[in-house]
Amino acid sequence: MGEKSSVKLYGFWASPFVMRAAVALKIKGIEFEYIEEDLRNKSEQLLQYNPVYKKVPVLVHNGQPIAESLVILEYIDEIWTDPPHLLPKEPYHRAKHRFWAAYFQTAFDLMLKTLKTEGEEQQKALNELLAKLDVAEEGLKEIFPSGAPIFQDGNPGYLGIVFCSFFGNTETMAEFFGTKLLTPERYPLLSSWAAALSQIPAIKEVTPPAPKMLGVLNLVRQNALKSNA
Amino acid sequence: MGQVKVFGYWPSPYSRRVEIALKIKGVEYEYVEEDLQNKSRELLLYNPVHKKIPVLVHAGNPIAESFVVLEYIDETWKGNPLLPSDPYERAQARFWAKFFDDKLLPAVRSALYNASEGEEAQKVNEDAEEVLKTLEKEVKGKKFLGGNEIGFLDIVGIVAAYWMPTLQEAADNKRQVSSHM
Repeated sequence: MGEKSSVKLYGFWASPFVMRAAVALKIKGIEFEYIEEDLRNKSEQLLQYNPVYKKVPVLVHNGQPIAESLVILEYIDEIWTDPPHLLPKEPYHRAKHRFWAAYFQTAFDLMLKTLKTEGEEQQKALNELLAKLDVAEEGLKEIFPSGAPIFQDGNPGYLGIVFCSFFGNTETMAEFFGTKLLTPERYPLLSSWAAALSQIPAIKEVTPPAPKMLGVLNLVRQNALKSNA
Repeated sequence: MGQVKVFGYWPSPYSRRVEIALKIKGVEYEYVEEDLQNKSRELLLYNPVHKKIPVLVHAGNPIAESFVVLEYIDETWKGNPLLPSDPYERAQARFWAKFFDDKLLPAVRSALYNASEGEEAQKVNEDAEEVLKTLEKEVKGKKFLGGNEIGFLDIVGIVAAYWMPTLQEAADNKRQVSSHM
């Protein structure tokens, strides 16, 4: 095999984007050093490795930095070529995964809006979010024609990683919003997919506990509402 | 290999980049120019989620979102690769392409179209300059953005570069007009 490579991941425990990189490395069985960043006091290394955005996650492989979580996922899949594979082999299926990953980002943007607003504005954002999830519920039938997978091999895949980073922590979301978002009645596919994903060991390991996550969400919300006022 | 059809709109940089990629690969395709005020049934059928161009249809399979389309094109037709072969170089190309779309295009558009006068215009121009400076650092010394062969990043950037003088002219005219009013 040759020299052991050096793999570092700069992250923040509550970030869904960091979660993706960590899950992907674990699925591939790659040992890595995790560096927790204080986002109010970013390290010299982080600023040096991601001067453009100064954000986490940054993967540093043998001294070379890669930023942007989806770029990192593709890199991980391409450099460590042994199975399990994150993306499917066939170009059209890969295109579908990438398409829906981009779509989930737009849904997440609405979730952030819901987090940071109140009253009518919040309700509007929430309704738009649920409508987007309706579209995903329908569209994902193309990828899962026989219903949500059960992940016997413990590999969530690229799209599973993206989806669960945003919508996998159903317990926390339900507590925060006071209501379950991915109800089984309205979202049979998405809700069963989320449930199956949350059982995967690699994902369980990096999912922050609900109380801790709620603390961060409340903080973000309070700060946002203060600056909106 | 299956018929190739592109649903596009000529002023759109997202549409153009798909065409450029196909031309670089030497892939023949049927082009359908969309009237965005009156979208065709086919477009709505092939991209029901976003109802937007560009859409590539290959052997009846539709692919939407320009970056997704570019990756598909590169993976399906192997000649004249768009992305480099080295994974790290590929990651850099993808990073900068995203930067183009997330930061550069919006900043430039804002600077040229939206803000008209005063402080707002100043801020927007500063943002665009900041972004261009970041890009400048990256481009220094390279013939093409990807190195010595035209590639992914050039395709993404080329449309911005090609259109910028025109947009600048249009914006200047607009500013001149509005200052006369």
